[in-house]
Amino acid sequence: MLTIKDLEVSIAGKEVIKNLDLEVKPGEAHVIMGLNGTGKSTLLKAISGSHETSAKGKMNFLGNDLLSMSADERAVEGVFMSFQNPIEIPGVNTIYFLKTAINEQRKSRQEEELSSPVFMKELQEKMNFLEIDKSILQRSVNVGFSGGEKKKSEILQMMMLKPKLILLDEIDSGLDIDALKSVAKGINALRDANTSLIIVTHYNRLLEYVKADYVHILHEGKIIKTGDSSLAKELEDRGYENVLSSS
Amino acid sequence: MSSSIDKIINQEYKLGFETDIQTEQAPLGLNEDIISFISKKKDEPQWMLDWRLKAYAKWVKMEEPLWAHVHHPPIDYQKISFYSAPKQNIASLDEVDPQILETYKKLGIPLEEQKLLAGVAVDAVFDSVSVITTFSEKLNEQGIIFCSISEAIKHHPELVQKYLASVVPMGDNYFACLNAAVFTDGTFAYIPKNVKCPMELSTYFRINALNSGQFERTLIIADEGSYVSYNEGCSAPMRDENQLHAAVVELITLKDAEIKYSTIQNWYPGDIDGNGGIYNFVTKRGKCLGDNSKISWTQVETGAAITWKYPSCILLGDHSRGEFYSVAITSLSQQADTGSKMIHIGKNTSSTIISKGISAMKGSNAYRGLVKIRPSAHKARNFTQCDSLLIGPSCAAHTYPYIDAKNPSAQLEHEATTSKISDEQLFYAKTRGISEEQAISLIVNGFCKDVLNQLPMEFAVEAKALLSLSLEGSVG
Repeated sequence: MLTIKDLEVSIAGKEVIKNLDLEVKPGEAHVIMGLNGTGKSTLLKAISGSHETSAKGKMNFLGNDLLSMSADERAVEGVFMSFQNPIEIPGVNTIYFLKTAINEQRKSRQEEELSSPVFMKELQEKMNFLEIDKSILQRSVNVGFSGGEKKKSEILQMMMLKPKLILLDEIDSGLDIDALKSVAKGINALRDANTSLIIVTHYNRLLEYVKADYVHILHEGKIIKTGDSSLAKELEDRGYENVLSSS
Repeated sequence: MSSSIDKIINQEYKLGFETDIQTEQAPLGLNEDIISFISKKKDEPQWMLDWRLKAYAKWVKMEEPLWAHVHHPPIDYQKISFYSAPKQNIASLDEVDPQILETYKKLGIPLEEQKLLAGVAVDAVFDSVSVITTFSEKLNEQGIIFCSISEAIKHHPELVQKYLASVVPMGDNYFACLNAAVFTDGTFAYIPKNVKCPMELSTYFRINALNSGQFERTLIIADEGSYVSYNEGCSAPMRDENQLHAAVVELITLKDAEIKYSTIQNWYPGDIDGNGGIYNFVTKRGKCLGDNSKISWTQVETGAAITWKYPSCILLGDHSRGEFYSVAITSLSQQADTGSKMIHIGKNTSSTIISKGISAMKGSNAYRGLVKIRPSAHKARNFTQCDSLLIGPSCAAHTYPYIDAKNPSAQLEHEATTSKISDEQLFYAKTRGISEEQAISLIVNGFCKDVLNQLPMEFAVEAKALLSLSLEGSVG
C-alpha cells in the first residue's frame, strides 16, 4: 500500500529524516514512537504533503508517486492526516467545511456530489457514534473547541472522508479516558483489510484500544528498532534510554 | 507563494474587452465652453447649465484632497474628455447597435424580455448616455419614476430641483464639485407614497470610450412609507491609461421610507505593478429626512486601481436608521480608502457599520469611518465592526475610526479584528482534499458572510463568484 524508500526530509533547510524505509501493507497499523524532536511528526507531514517539508527519495502509495503530488491530490487518493494541533479557521462553519471537503474529493474522482439529506444522515450517525456535541457543526472550524472536541472533530472528518491511509499525529494527547475511548472507537470502526494506519504517539494507552501490528522506534531521523505491540509496553515500562541501549 | 496561485492571479481581467462603437467626444480638457457643450448635447434647460457653471466656478478654486491613504500621480484634468456618447439616438431595443448588445451580453446584463421574469429593470448606462431603459412602463403603473437623470431633468424638473444636491452639496468636496459641473448621466428614481417597488432596480455602469472620465449622478427619492431596493453593478474594459470616475449618489428617504442600495464594483484594477486601472472617487450619501426611515448601503468593492468612497447616512428623522455593509478587496497594486460616515441628528437614531477589508498581493486597504453624535441625538446608538484579512506578506491594512459624540446618552460600540490566511490553514484544508483556491474562497466567504447576506440573492451569487475570481492566486 505504502512503500517508503531512502526517504530524506528536511524542514527549513535542516535535515530531519535520513534514509528511512517503511513498508505498510493493506490493513496494517504501524506505530511510530520516539523521543521528542526525532522526526515523528515530520514523517507524517512528509507523507501528507506539508508545505513545510521538502522530501527526497521514494514514496509510493497505491501506484501513486506521492512526492510529486500536492497535499489535496494526496487526500483525494485516500491519504488523511489528523493534526496534533488542529488548525483554527475562523468564519468557516465546521459542517460547511466538511461538506466542501467531501464534495471536492468526490468531484476530483468524477463522482456525483453528496446530496444534503444523505450527508446529514451519515453525519448524524457518526456524531452519535462518537458522542460529539452537535453544536460544533455551526461553530467555525476548531475555533473555541476544547482539546477533546478538536480531536473528536478530526476523527469525525476522518470517518466522513473514509481514507485508505490514516495518519494520526498524537491523537491521544490531551484526552480524558472517555474521549480516548470514543476516538479509539472511531479509528477501529474504519479499520478493515484495505485501510492502513500510521500512528504517532508517546503512550502505550492508545494501543490498549487500537491494536497495532508493528511498533517502530524513530531516533535521530531513522527507524532503529521495530517490534510488535509489546515494544510499546516495554518502552513504557523501561524508558527509551534503557530500550535503546539494550538494542 | 504557490505556483497555482500565481497562475490564477496572472489571468487577464475577465471582463477586459473594448467595444468599438462610434462615439461623439468632447475635446480634452475642462472649461466653461466644455460645460456648455455637455449641457447643450444633453438639451438641458438653462437652470441646469447655470447650476453646472456655478459648480465649475467653485471647483476651480478648490484643491484636490490629499488626506486619503492612497497614492497616485497627479491627475491632469486638461487631458480628460468629459463627454462621450454613443452617436445614434435610439428608441427601441431593435435599434440598438448590435455591438452594444453584444457587450451587454458578455457582461450578462439582463436587457432581454426573458429577464423580466427575473424581475430586474435595467437602466443601462453605456458610457455617459442612457441607451435604453426597460420596464419603465411596468413601473409607471405604480407611479414609480425610473429613468436617466437627463430625462428627469427634462420631465421632472420640480423633483430634481428640489432634491439635487440636497444631500451632497455642490461644493461638498473636490470630486463631488467636479461631478456637479460635468456629470453626464446617471439614474433617477422616485418611489411615490406607500409604494413598495415591485422589483429590484438595477443599473450597469460601464466606462468604455478611451480617456473619457465618467461622471455619474444618481438621485433616488423614497417618498413616505415607500420601499425600494436598488442594485448597481460595475465593470469596465481593459486599458492602459488611468481613468477617472467621480460619481455622486444621493438618497433621500421621507417618513417611514426605506432605500436599500447595493453595489458590486468590478472595474479594471490595473496590473500588479500598478499600471492602468480606474480611479474611483465617489461620493455616496443618504439622508433619512423623515422619522422612522431607513437607508442601507451594501457594497462589494473588488475592482478599481484606487477606491475613495464613504457611503454615508445623515440620520435626521427621529428613530431613523442607517446601515453600511462593506467588503473591499485590494489585490494586485490596488488601493482602497473606504468606510462610512453616520451622522446622528434625530432622537433614537441608530446605525450599524460592518466593514470587511481584504488585502492580498501588494494591495493596501484602509477603513476610514466617522460616527458623529450631534447634541440633539438623544439615545443614539451605533455599532461598528471593522475586520481586516491579510493574505500574503506584501499587503497592508489600516483602520482610521473616528468617533465624535456630543450627547452623553449615546451608546457606541466599536469592534475590530485583523487576521491572516496562514499556510497552516491552507495545508489543513488541503489534507481534507480541498484545493488551495477553494480553501481561500471558503475562508474569504466565511470572513465576508455578514455582508454578503445583506445582498439581494442573485447579486450575492455574483458577488461570491467575483470574490473568488478577484482573489484566485492571490494567496500564498
